[in-house]
Amino acid sequence: MKMVAGQELGTTGMAVNSDAVAEEPAVEARRISKIFQGETEVRALDDVSVSIRRNEFFTLLGPSGCGKTTLLRVIAGFEPPTMGALYLAGTDISRLPPNQRPVNTVFQNYALFPHMSVANNIAFGLEMLGKPKDEVRQTVDDMLRLVQMEALKTRRTSEISGGQQQRVALARALAPHPEVLLLDEPLSALDLKLRKEMQIELKRLQNETGITFVFVTHDQEEALTMSDRVAVMNAGKILQIGSPQEIYQHPAERFVANFIGESNFLDATLSGGTVDLKAGGRYDVTVPEGVAEGSVSVLVRPEHASVRSGPAGDGEMSGTIETVVYSGEATTLHLRLATGEPLKARSPNSPGEGTLPGQGEEAAVSIGAGAVTVLRD
Amino acid sequence: MSEPAVQPRRGYSVRTLPGFAVMAVFCFIALYAPIIILVVFSFNAGTSLAIWEGFSLRWYAQAAANEAVQEAAVRSLILASIAATVATVAATMAALATTRTRRFPGRTMIYALINQPLMVPEIVTAVALLIVFAWIKVATGHTSLIYLITAHTAFCIPFAYLPIRARLETMDYTLETAARDLYASPWNVFSRVTLPLMWPGIIAGYMLAFVISLDDVVITEFVKSAGQETLPTFMLGQLRRVVTPEINAISTVILAAGAILVSLFFWLSRGRK
Repeated sequence: MKMVAGQELGTTGMAVNSDAVAEEPAVEARRISKIFQGETEVRALDDVSVSIRRNEFFTLLGPSGCGKTTLLRVIAGFEPPTMGALYLAGTDISRLPPNQRPVNTVFQNYALFPHMSVANNIAFGLEMLGKPKDEVRQTVDDMLRLVQMEALKTRRTSEISGGQQQRVALARALAPHPEVLLLDEPLSALDLKLRKEMQIELKRLQNETGITFVFVTHDQEEALTMSDRVAVMNAGKILQIGSPQEIYQHPAERFVANFIGESNFLDATLSGGTVDLKAGGRYDVTVPEGVAEGSVSVLVRPEHASVRSGPAGDGEMSGTIETVVYSGEATTLHLRLATGEPLKARSPNSPGEGTLPGQGEEAAVSIGAGAVTVLRD
Repeated sequence: MSEPAVQPRRGYSVRTLPGFAVMAVFCFIALYAPIIILVVFSFNAGTSLAIWEGFSLRWYAQAAANEAVQEAAVRSLILASIAATVATVAATMAALATTRTRRFPGRTMIYALINQPLMVPEIVTAVALLIVFAWIKVATGHTSLIYLITAHTAFCIPFAYLPIRARLETMDYTLETAARDLYASPWNVFSRVTLPLMWPGIIAGYMLAFVISLDDVVITEFVKSAGQETLPTFMLGQLRRVVTPEINAISTVILAAGAILVSLFFWLSRGRK
């Protein structure tokens, strides 16, 4: 199922997915705009419509300033939308204050209450909801077990490590069992190893609790690793929504392709359902909405281009190796094609293999079937 | 470059600046020598402020037995307690309004207005209050401590405001957002998160206001009605007549009280961290 941003962001703003299940979406944003009035007017969100499914791990991905955090804050209720409406399980919550929304947030800096113990932090939301004491105690214990922090129950939050604070922040936000959990770049303060661990941990928590997660990140790898679906944002707009595979293999436009993974952009001519690359070769493609026949730009991922020594045969591209970069698990060849276009090709390294052409050699490049994607520029 | 980073390089150390040590020693002498002399002579057995005649607590005993001193001390404490309390409450609200709201036009203006008493020369305020309160006293015939309380509260507000505001500014606003997110009503956000976290600032503000009120001479001298001596104005009055080490004794007690208060605050604020 190809999902293209154009469908998702129809002019009516009613985000209807052809493959969406019939049930009410967990969160639905309808044509939300957020304008910050200051010395200059900033349009942080520009007519954004998105529909997040129940029990989904949904990621808002984009560079800083793209509006992803603003969208999260609108869902949480910290920022009222300038225009548009927000629905939670079918109910309009646009005007509800944050304390009346069954939505909890894990903040980037965790925002743990420094004057309370770990247990009291986790109990806070439940107490504010007026839950009976026994239930609060029971839930706090359950949460501590869920995030494996039982031993540190009575500690002050300033006495535990960053990774532990992260777990407490998660437990605190999960304790009231919200409909939706919002996570604002929660892993960005952790070191690489811990971050990898927490990525797995978050997936596990989402599976165990069955809560809808809305995760904000600028880290494309994180987005691809954890998400069921990803929305790529830029300049206050959602450019594309899809599964990690769709987003990576069939980005709808150049920005998405560039932002996620490494890319080669090649000139080509589109006619019918096929493209002829300027550098050589003809490929069947899926044509996204809004792309006219004629001159187009196509995407080829470096790992989908294979290189061999020698002159190019039929349907291959010829080029010269300019640089060879070894990076452990793979080797990347930087080529200059006969058309003058640069191209990166990556092949995994395996023992006993050493047949890649070297620097300065003439080489032939071929691209796997289905690996050429036409971009809406 | 193998030196540890904490150690500033020799050339940058202020300690090697010529005259630095001399200047530092001079400043400390200028600050503390007169006070040390004052304290020493409060224990003088004789009546002189210049000739040491042996150790004695007679001036402390005399001051403690002096009804005028007792009365002035009690008045000072009542005045400082009430003024500091009211000023701290007002300053807390002002600090919340200037840090916990969206930026609004005129916020800097309000900040300046709150701190106005720090800019206006005290003598000007004193004269202004004298005139206004004189009208009111004539019109109403009322001459209670209310005038002093009002005046002290007013000039204590900026002193209470500054530490409270400073505390609020170092507090992460996200904490209050997080409390909101976790179903806390605005009142609960304040009572469960904001207030407990700003408490050290409030205590500091209160203590500063208290000490400032206790210490004030100029405004008090102008505003007080007949017979409403505070400890400082009483001492000033005494100096115009006979100077005995009794003044030194009273000063030493005030000094000790202030030092204890400040130490207590530091101890309290450290224990909270």
